[in-house]
Amino acid sequence: MIKFLIKGLMRDRSRSLFPVLTVFAGVFLAVFLYSYINGVVSDMLKMTAHYQTGHLRIMTQAYAKEINQNPNDLALIGVNELLQKLNKKYPQMIWTPRIKFGGLLDIPDENRETKIQSPVIGIAVNLISKSSPEYKLLNIKSAIISGHIPNNPGEILIADEFAKKLNVGPGDTATLISSTMYGSMTMVNLKIAGTVYFGITAMDRSAIFTDISDIQSALDMQDAAGEILGFFPDDIYHDEQATLIASSFNEEFKNPEDKFSPQMGTLPKESGLSDYLATINSMSIVIIAIFIVTMSIVLWNAGLMGSLRRYGEIGVRLAIGENKGHIYRTLILESMIIGIFGSILGTLAGTGIAYLIQVYGLDMSFLFKKSSLMIPNELRARVTSGSFVIGFIPGIFSTVLGTSIAGIGIYKRQTSQLFKELEV
Amino acid sequence: MKYTIILIMLIFPALLFYQTKSANEILKKIDENRLSDSKIIKAKMIIHGRRGKRVVEFKSWQRNIYDSFTEYLAPPREKGTKMLKLGNQLWTYSPHTDRTILISGHMLRQSVMGSDLSYEDMMEDPFLQNMYNAKIIGEDTILNRNVWILELKAKKRNASYDKRKIWVDKERFITLKENLYAKSGKLLKTVVVNEVMNVDGRWIPRTALYKDVLKTGKGTRIIVESIKFNKNIPDYIFSKASLRR
Repeated sequence: MIKFLIKGLMRDRSRSLFPVLTVFAGVFLAVFLYSYINGVVSDMLKMTAHYQTGHLRIMTQAYAKEINQNPNDLALIGVNELLQKLNKKYPQMIWTPRIKFGGLLDIPDENRETKIQSPVIGIAVNLISKSSPEYKLLNIKSAIISGHIPNNPGEILIADEFAKKLNVGPGDTATLISSTMYGSMTMVNLKIAGTVYFGITAMDRSAIFTDISDIQSALDMQDAAGEILGFFPDDIYHDEQATLIASSFNEEFKNPEDKFSPQMGTLPKESGLSDYLATINSMSIVIIAIFIVTMSIVLWNAGLMGSLRRYGEIGVRLAIGENKGHIYRTLILESMIIGIFGSILGTLAGTGIAYLIQVYGLDMSFLFKKSSLMIPNELRARVTSGSFVIGFIPGIFSTVLGTSIAGIGIYKRQTSQLFKELEV
Repeated sequence: MKYTIILIMLIFPALLFYQTKSANEILKKIDENRLSDSKIIKAKMIIHGRRGKRVVEFKSWQRNIYDSFTEYLAPPREKGTKMLKLGNQLWTYSPHTDRTILISGHMLRQSVMGSDLSYEDMMEDPFLQNMYNAKIIGEDTILNRNVWILELKAKKRNASYDKRKIWVDKERFITLKENLYAKSGKLLKTVVVNEVMNVDGRWIPRTALYKDVLKTGKGTRIIVESIKFNKNIPDYIFSKASLRR
């Protein structure tokens, strides 16, 4: 039966071409948009996790309240002991301490006086240890533009664009002027080991990476850190596990009475992206619903036109005794075949274009010139298993829906009138 | 009735003029009491931060009212840090980096050694009469002393505080309490003098609590250990070379 219907569709192009093209266009757009949104959101989450929140983040309750100001005077103290406990209790996670700080980067002239000065944002991580997880998390090795990864204390990496602005390069000395944990002004001389390209405008404009022990010493933060970040080894956020770890940690370590006691939060909560992600999910559903409704209307219309054109054929089929319900079902079966065929074509085209954008990316840096968000300059789509399935929902549903509505006309045909109608 | 109105119209501006004049006279007296051609101060700041307190000790040499040189003596981490103010320029020297840095722009708003004082506070023209117009708005008693309450409104746009409210001892012309406001009218800082002392006929605060109300914490207590007025201070002290000495 199906074979017979397929033959019919292939021989009578006017029955299949327009509906297939409609389904193809709709499915292509749905698959492409799904993959694109998926790519942008997962890149944003990855960047946010790697540079800001981790999959899990520990800080003092007081620090968490003023997180936007990087209040290092409220940092965690006794970090080494806490790290030992974390590694023992949650060995499945990678734990790494970080200090975020701000200040000025001052470049000296030959008399050791200020030649040029600029505001700087800094991230202090474990840079010197070769086994540091930060190399992978921050993609440091491939981000190097010139120079090398710091090998010795006092060496830093600086954003390439920032280095060009300050007219410095590997081997030059820069003085960091910042505030200690206790609020005093502090200065430390740092040697530029290399320049890096982060691919995030907010960081490329004015960021440096330093080794955490240098900053602990400079900011009077011995055995202290602003945050401890936790990452899943596969670098994928697992909400259920993360929530369990966070609640077990908070139960044991968080003391509501002590504002300096640690608290743990999960990526969506810490990044403030949970509402945003929920909105994006709803948006995806809305986009698919719009495609279903629009395509259904178009295909309903196509079905009506097809019914008019096939008025005689259906009449003959009824006249020779074919059941109305059988005709209706064959029409729906035909529409399903069209839907599946159009969806396959649309999915192939949608995932194909999305894959190209996944590989090559779209340079949107011109949009983020003044941005302080952790958004990568190159937006990339992401083709996942979902991309291959998502298009079939609107593709098949809309054709079936359109035909179901258009096909109702069959039941309105009067058998007694058939021969009169067929005389024409 | 007609004569009464004319009389009021004549007397009122005169009263206003008299009051303004006397308020400005008070400012002049305050400046005369606390400012001198040169002075050497040894003091300490007890800084009550959010995680405990720290004590910072320093010695400061001042000349011509506008120039000063400060050396930090304790704690060990700050020891050897020096600051030089020449007119409206301020440099700081860190012995750890052997660097002299000009403090300018938004850095001036930073806290001095983590205290409730900012570099801007150090940079303001110390002559109140140059910077502010004053009017007497009331009287009060502080530390068992009768005081005038003066409201000071900035004459110049570069004043660190648009408005000040000061409580001035009627006999000693020392400010015993001070509230500092932003242009919006928001209270930014408060200074409360707890103890005064007389040195060479001048009344000066011995201990005072300086509080940045925008910061959490209990403020910074400044304790003057010694102060000498009108001493000869060699010129070389007020040079950039002395920062690295």
